[in-house]
Amino acid sequence: MYRLREITKVFGRETSALDGVTLHVAPGEHVAVIGPSGAGKTTLFRLLNLALRPTSGSLRFEGADVATLSDAALRQARTRIGTIYQQQNLVGRLRVVHNVLAGHLGRWSTAAALASLVRPREVETASAALARVGIGEKLYARTDELSGGQQQRVAIARVLVQDPDVVLADEPVSSVDPSLAVTLITLLRDLSDESRKTLLVNLHSVDLALSFFPRIVGVRAGRVAFDLPPDRVTVDLLEALYAGDRDDEAQLERLRDGYDPFGRACRPLTGFRP
Amino acid sequence: MATIPSDAPVARSLASDRKSGFPWLLAVAFALTLVGSLRVAEVDPRLLVERDALANVGRFVAGAWPPRVSAEFLGLMARPVAETIQISVTGTLFAVLIGFPLGILATSTLMWRGVLHERRVQRRRWLLGLPVYAVARALLSVFRAIPEYVWAFMFVRAVGLGPFPGVLAIGIAYGGMLGKVYSEILESVDPRPLETLQAAGASRMAVVFYGLVPQALPTFVSYTLYRWECAIRASAILGFVGAGGLGQQIELSMRMFQFDEVLTLLATLFVLVALVDFISGRLRARLL
Ligand SMILES: Nc1ncnc2c1ncn2[C@@H]1O[C@H](COP(=O)(O)OP(=O)(O)OP(=O)(O)O)[C@@H](O)[C@H]1O
Ligand SMILES: [Mg+2]
Repeated sequence: MYRLREITKVFGRETSALDGVTLHVAPGEHVAVIGPSGAGKTTLFRLLNLALRPTSGSLRFEGADVATLSDAALRQARTRIGTIYQQQNLVGRLRVVHNVLAGHLGRWSTAAALASLVRPREVETASAALARVGIGEKLYARTDELSGGQQQRVAIARVLVQDPDVVLADEPVSSVDPSLAVTLITLLRDLSDESRKTLLVNLHSVDLALSFFPRIVGVRAGRVAFDLPPDRVTVDLLEALYAGDRDDEAQLERLRDGYDPFGRACRPLTGFRP
Repeated sequence: MATIPSDAPVARSLASDRKSGFPWLLAVAFALTLVGSLRVAEVDPRLLVERDALANVGRFVAGAWPPRVSAEFLGLMARPVAETIQISVTGTLFAVLIGFPLGILATSTLMWRGVLHERRVQRRRWLLGLPVYAVARALLSVFRAIPEYVWAFMFVRAVGLGPFPGVLAIGIAYGGMLGKVYSEILESVDPRPLETLQAAGASRMAVVFYGLVPQALPTFVSYTLYRWECAIRASAILGFVGAGGLGQQIELSMRMFQFDEVLTLLATLFVLVALVDFISGRLRARLL
């Protein structure tokens, strides 16, 4: 699906957010990306969804080098990638239904897209998607009146409507409570399984990543620190990954103490419990 | 308390907040310009209180009171008042029709810059976006650089006396201003929703109408209503060059030294402006 070789991304002239990332992702694979704040996870996802252009290195999507794609081919490729952004990136002044239906924009003609703003088209798809994420009653609410967690679910519903081949989710559950987080991650995972989608998720909580994903990529300082199945992700690796990051050190501390914020949905972590 | 060592972003140089001398240079230039302008414009407050000036003001005030409110004169005013309102409304409508499309073309974040263009084929970006953008901006500059008064003067020559040249003048001059401000509003909206829409494969037009317009609409409406308020005032001025409305009447009465009529006309203009202020205030409150 994806082949990244020695990707770097420099913002402005100063900040290098990615510093030589090499990564292969096979179709249908489920991958969790973890790492401290500022490691470059969001930047990596914005490259993967073809929003940004790498400063150097090569990025292949489905075998095609995306640097050589024409505008039309680029748009075509983008319709096949669904992104749930960390900051919800919804249009607050539009009603929820339009934000969810925006998942159709890659398929709709411009005329159909404009008409839908006046009289929403294919509303059933939007209301079904919202029902799946548990906020079916918010269909006609104004988006900026929803809570942070509800907005995150609107973003997930949009990707459900888009029905892409790849789902990129950048901390999709950072502002919902732990049990809902488990539900939503399960939903994303099952959904991807059902229709054989490739799923990449940035996760802030290590235990969620280790419990739900067969492949864990640790990112630190714009580089891939490790790329392993969860049972081979050791305490030492995690400590090195998060070294110096106070919030996440606290998280590791809790994990080591056997504190389990996700209840029984998460299996015990090897190496963490005495 | 432990500090968080920052090692994530690999900065190529130390973080710094360098101050350049440039702002100082600008400040000095500004002060010099101001002093120079005062001298060149012959600003001399003493002239205001000289005997001649005071006598002239006295004559004007004495002649203006009491304002003329005869039924005949008021009846005569009905037409210019209606005309003024029509000129301002139609003129503003013209201005929107000119300003909106040009404003979109003059928006750098839509035409060639920013995240929407990060991945466009470079050739396309330079060949198409930039020149169109430059032409749109130049047109808008020309439209608003020439005062509406001058536009009206030219249009009166071209299409004759009456309200129509006033409408054209306001349409073009205000179209230039609206277009400029529209483009600035569009450039200042949050780009993240736009990136999201584009990343889902939305076309350029869809990005504009799903992401840009909803974010910009309240400010658009608010500023357009403000321009309408200005258009009422402007349409009074335009009458002086024969472009219809209240102004034409004011000019006539002034030339005849009928200052009592002038006072009535100015009071009417004041009421009109206040009324428009009130209406647009209510509209704004409802739309936002
Ligand atoms: N548009 C940008 N312009 C300049 N610098 C940027 C930009 N986007 C990101 N950066 C920088 O790149 C680095 C990586 O940012 P990124 O958002 O990818 O981190 P992250 O791993 O997603 O962090 P978090 O877990 O806090 O979301 C940071 O140092 C950030 O300041
Ligand atoms: Mg991030």
